Amino acid sequence: MLQRLFRRRTQWLFLAPALIVYTVFMVYPLLSSFGYSFFEWDGYIRKGFAGLANYQKVLFERPYSERLVGALKHNVVFFTLTFTIQTTLGLFLAVMLNRGGRFLRACQVAYFAPYTLSLVVVGFLWLLLLNPTWGQVNKILAAAGLGRFARPWLGDMATALPAIILVNAWRWLGFPITVYLAGLKGIPEELHEAARVDGATPWQVFRNVTLPLLAPTIGMVSVLTFIYDFNAFELIFVMQGSNGSPFYATDVLGTFFYRTAFGDSTTGGEVGQVGLGSAIAVLMFLLVCAASVIGVSLMRRQEVEM
Amino acid sequence: MTVNAATAGADSSKAFKAPKAARASRGPKPFKASKAQGLGLWALHSFIGLYALVVSYPLFLMVITAFKTTREIFFAPFALPSKWSLANFAVVWQRAEFPVYMKNSLLVTGTSVTLIACIASLAAYALARYRFRGNAALYVYFLAGLMVPIRLGVLPLFLLMRDLGLLDTHYSLVLTYVASGMPMSVFILTGFFRALPQELEFAARIDGCTEFQVFYRVMLPLVRPALATVMLINFVPLWNDFFFPLIFLRSDSLKTIPLGMTVFFGQYETDWGVVFAGMLLASVPLLVLYLLMSQQFIKGLTAGAVKG
Repeated sequence: MLQRLFRRRTQWLFLAPALIVYTVFMVYPLLSSFGYSFFEWDGYIRKGFAGLANYQKVLFERPYSERLVGALKHNVVFFTLTFTIQTTLGLFLAVMLNRGGRFLRACQVAYFAPYTLSLVVVGFLWLLLLNPTWGQVNKILAAAGLGRFARPWLGDMATALPAIILVNAWRWLGFPITVYLAGLKGIPEELHEAARVDGATPWQVFRNVTLPLLAPTIGMVSVLTFIYDFNAFELIFVMQGSNGSPFYATDVLGTFFYRTAFGDSTTGGEVGQVGLGSAIAVLMFLLVCAASVIGVSLMRRQEVEM
Repeated sequence: MTVNAATAGADSSKAFKAPKAARASRGPKPFKASKAQGLGLWALHSFIGLYALVVSYPLFLMVITAFKTTREIFFAPFALPSKWSLANFAVVWQRAEFPVYMKNSLLVTGTSVTLIACIASLAAYALARYRFRGNAALYVYFLAGLMVPIRLGVLPLFLLMRDLGLLDTHYSLVLTYVASGMPMSVFILTGFFRALPQELEFAARIDGCTEFQVFYRVMLPLVRPALATVMLINFVPLWNDFFFPLIFLRSDSLKTIPLGMTVFFGQYETDWGVVFAGMLLASVPLLVLYLLMSQQFIKGLTAGAVKG
């Protein structure tokens, strides 16, 4: 009897550590961001209830509103460009790699390698490679007779953000390629064979067989990319500082949040503002949730189709 | 679901072997063997190889530059070092706090990954093998964390750590990492535990095992591959994490490698050889591990995405 009672409770002993750590250090902080955003804060001390004042400030008052819109725009550009690169070049490379063989497998290892590097190392590495005077990038351009295109890539308002996005793509692209490749391996070869026997050109096979079957995978990767890109922080912090120099040209929600929440050391030690920071975090949370909902519905559809 | 995906992968690789064998070797399919198409294939392969070169070149530059003198870096940036000198590494290892950062990274990441594996496998086992009210809801509760990055809760987490007196300690990092590792780890392990046959459990109970012994002696060894995947998936991002050390740590003696890199970069900014040597040292553990077991890395790190 006693033993049976114990047996009925065992699962809770097994579950307890995970449940406690996960709830206290992940779920509770994520949810209390909402609560925090409705309060007035003095430094890190909570004061009175503030209603929607923090949101009003972030959304409609300068300089916050201006920064928010700027950062949001840069995040959208960041995602759009990354998405475009990975669903054109990335997908193309994945389809080619799918043929197998030792040479192609070696190439895949090369594509994926930068993904194992820390973003801090990636940032510093490219900071030096893109250095206007001594960096290898401008020297390669000069050597190729394209010296007139050489420029201070990270200091120029027009090129700073695209440069960061390309650096990020350099590290990231191996991931979508590999996931696409796994998706491609899941498509039965008979379907391709059948289409070919029916006289389809390689492009038609890709367009009418491969692409529709790969669509859920592409959707899934895009959602992950969206979440990842809307949380971009490290590269910009390391390469351009916490205020996204030059003059906020590379500022994103991640850096805007960091400055607001933990203080901006670059402009004379402004202290962190918990209320405003939480409001920004909640807005980011909602964006990510919207993407997740789309992602989950894509997954559902995949289950139905398979 | 997890297991389905895993077995589906195995099936398809089997399915792939047959047509491959029929084609005798990889490469052009029989009816594609015309000269023009062979040329096209050659062009495609060179494009793929070229892109691999473009991707690898910055890594290659990082390696050779770490062995050069500053003068050589500036005046012969693309040449191989005239003498493979270890002077830069000596500076990194002796003058900077590098060994301390390395030790901290090993300690924090090692502890976190071990704890994740222990705690998540216990929880996953309970979710997979016990029937009780609230099981499905708890599973969804864990999964809900899959899509939400924990850093969006960093402000409350920061204040929580302050109230617990854990700011500027390694505990703050370990607790955060273990919590953030739960969703993916529980998800993967639950799938594997569910696939085990029930007879094993019964047999162990009849032999007089306690519930914990059933788990530890019989079931856990059977999901060892999944456990390895879980440890790998968590190890890489935690080893590379910069965000939480930046927020939680102040003391230089506690910093992990990614955060220590920024201190180090500030000190030696003009001494490129030393900076490159530092970057190489910081990346070498994972890069070597990756080159040794790239297939496991690639499979493991994309497992979450494919399955979830």
